Amino acid sequence: MASLKELKDRIKSVKSTQKITKAKQMVAAAKLRKAQAAAEAARPYAERLAGVMGSLASKVSGSDAPLLLSGTGKTDRHLLVVVNTDKGLCGGLNANIVKEAKRQAKALEAAGKKVTFYLVGKKGRAPLKRDYASQIGDGFDTSEVRNVGFPEAEAIADDLVARFEKGEFDVAHLVYPVFKSALAQDPTTVQILPVPVPETVTDTGAVVEYEPSEEEILEELLPRYIKTQLFGALLEREASEQGASMTAMDNATRNAGELIDKLTVQYNRSRQAAITTELVEIIAGAEAL
Amino acid sequence: MALHFELVTPEKLVRSEEVHMVVVPGSEGEFGVLEGHAPFMSTIADGTVQVFKTAGAQPESIMVRGGFAEVGDKGLTVLAEHVDD
Repeated sequence: MASLKELKDRIKSVKSTQKITKAKQMVAAAKLRKAQAAAEAARPYAERLAGVMGSLASKVSGSDAPLLLSGTGKTDRHLLVVVNTDKGLCGGLNANIVKEAKRQAKALEAAGKKVTFYLVGKKGRAPLKRDYASQIGDGFDTSEVRNVGFPEAEAIADDLVARFEKGEFDVAHLVYPVFKSALAQDPTTVQILPVPVPETVTDTGAVVEYEPSEEEILEELLPRYIKTQLFGALLEREASEQGASMTAMDNATRNAGELIDKLTVQYNRSRQAAITTELVEIIAGAEAL
Repeated sequence: MALHFELVTPEKLVRSEEVHMVVVPGSEGEFGVLEGHAPFMSTIADGTVQVFKTAGAQPESIMVRGGFAEVGDKGLTVLAEHVDD
């Protein structure tokens, strides 16, 4: 049985851990609200852009469609853009994203495709390196940026488009967590390059005039659309990270509480046992006189 | 007669209001949009969007960079990548 002092120290240490997890949980809750508001605010732009893209892309098709829409004509080399968080302490979030990325990679490789990775965020690098050390290409570091926003999405998109135009890959997929609730963040994979035509075609029947031509507008629109998608993924990541962190820290706080209760009971028992022993000794001593 | 004008950036909805007229710096020249404008779509050049709250009023200028403008039944929507108020 541990001594009284040891138990006391143990309780103190667990208590201070609980304080940390509790603080982290409250910070995550506050940040989650902010991240959700940001995701909400970004929705109108993404929706409008998708709408316009849909109506334009369905009109411009065939041979005169731009490269970003029609693709290279091959599907041999795939790029998986995996969006992970930069910080830990968020439960199984990063593990789930990596699992999804590996699942996609396996499926593609089974179909005889070549797979490379492009990593956004720090936490995916180590686990992916274990299985795909030679296939990890460049990435984009977001850990230095305090508030990841549109400029970062822009930089990533520009980089990806430049690589695509250079012919480094044929198809790009984006793997990122979709924030459902603080308890559930689903890792999702979507194709970003060549740009899949959004299905929300809302043909109002009105004759729309274009300036410059439809093709030129589309050509300018496509990079913007990719940027918006990446921006959306970054916002989802932010919300998911905070949500997962909040849940994980809530659990940690509760576990620490349970541990403290258990240790306190143990502490009191040992204290009483010590007192009883002392009393027995005194009484035995008095009787002997 | 009012035109519904929306200015949207990736980060947020900057403006959503009823105005008299908006002058947009289209990439092939500026164009003004009043209520009842025919459906129209154009990319925009870097420049200022001028918002006229009422006829003859002093215009309010908003700097925009990169994006496009769409005129539909619901009014004018300017999707701009960057906005400097």
